[in-house]
Amino acid sequence: MTIDWNAFTPYTALGGGVLIGLASAWLILMNGRVAGISGILGGVLDGAKGDRGWRVAFILGLLAGPAIWGLFHTLPAIDIRASTPMLVAAGLLVGVGTRYAAGCTSGHGVCGLSRLSPRSLAATMTFMASGFATVYVVRHLLGA
Amino acid sequence: MNKISISAFVSGLIFSFGLLLSGMANPEKVLGFLDIMGAWDPSLALVMGGAIAVGLPLFTLAKRRQTSVLGAPMQLPSKREVDRRLVLGSLAFGIGWGLAGFCPGPGIVATGALQFGAVIFTLSMVAGMWIFHMLELRKHSAA
Repeated sequence: MTIDWNAFTPYTALGGGVLIGLASAWLILMNGRVAGISGILGGVLDGAKGDRGWRVAFILGLLAGPAIWGLFHTLPAIDIRASTPMLVAAGLLVGVGTRYAAGCTSGHGVCGLSRLSPRSLAATMTFMASGFATVYVVRHLLGA
Repeated sequence: MNKISISAFVSGLIFSFGLLLSGMANPEKVLGFLDIMGAWDPSLALVMGGAIAVGLPLFTLAKRRQTSVLGAPMQLPSKREVDRRLVLGSLAFGIGWGLAGFCPGPGIVATGALQFGAVIFTLSMVAGMWIFHMLELRKHSAA
């Protein structure tokens, strides 16, 4: 393992992390809801009546972020190198996987670990390990 | 728009700013973290660390409340056991995450930034969630 010191951005990473923590704390304290993005989005599809409004509002907040950010600052780079078939496969796996796992990086990784949930710790260790293994296979074994 | 929805919008917006500021809306940066055998970018670990440092005390506070500040019931997950669905689902999620560098939040934020690839990813993710929804419906109607 070698650390890429040029790519490492500790201050903005910590600052962004604090904002994510505040947003999650806001949703649980104000709305009584966990800021798990896969669960919020999935719940729009299978949610009970009367439970959709806040979910759609949260997703709209996520979508509006870049436009509002863009009023004050140039947007940070978003560099997508995966091919279209790869993006489709990735999206399907992330969609099905996060729903079976009942959470993703936000619901398990941030909120779940903040609640000291053993389920979330197991989920986070599993998707991290499988993410590391996938990138190893794609970048170092297949050399893509 | 009621108070609950406005509050959820504000949370989503702050979350979005956090993903943009931290660089996590950029899949190349996320893949730099997942590539532990290459030139490793540890930034994502600090994003999670920063979020949990804030989350720990505030979620502890939330656990003690019966209702939220806006009067909604507190809906904290109560399940604690690790089951097959959790592990297999997380495995599949990790593979998808490693293939494109997108997890759900960044996929949606990058869609908001009108990135074509992110739109493809997010629509496919919604399709995946729909497949799960249909499989669950079939399971419950069969039972």
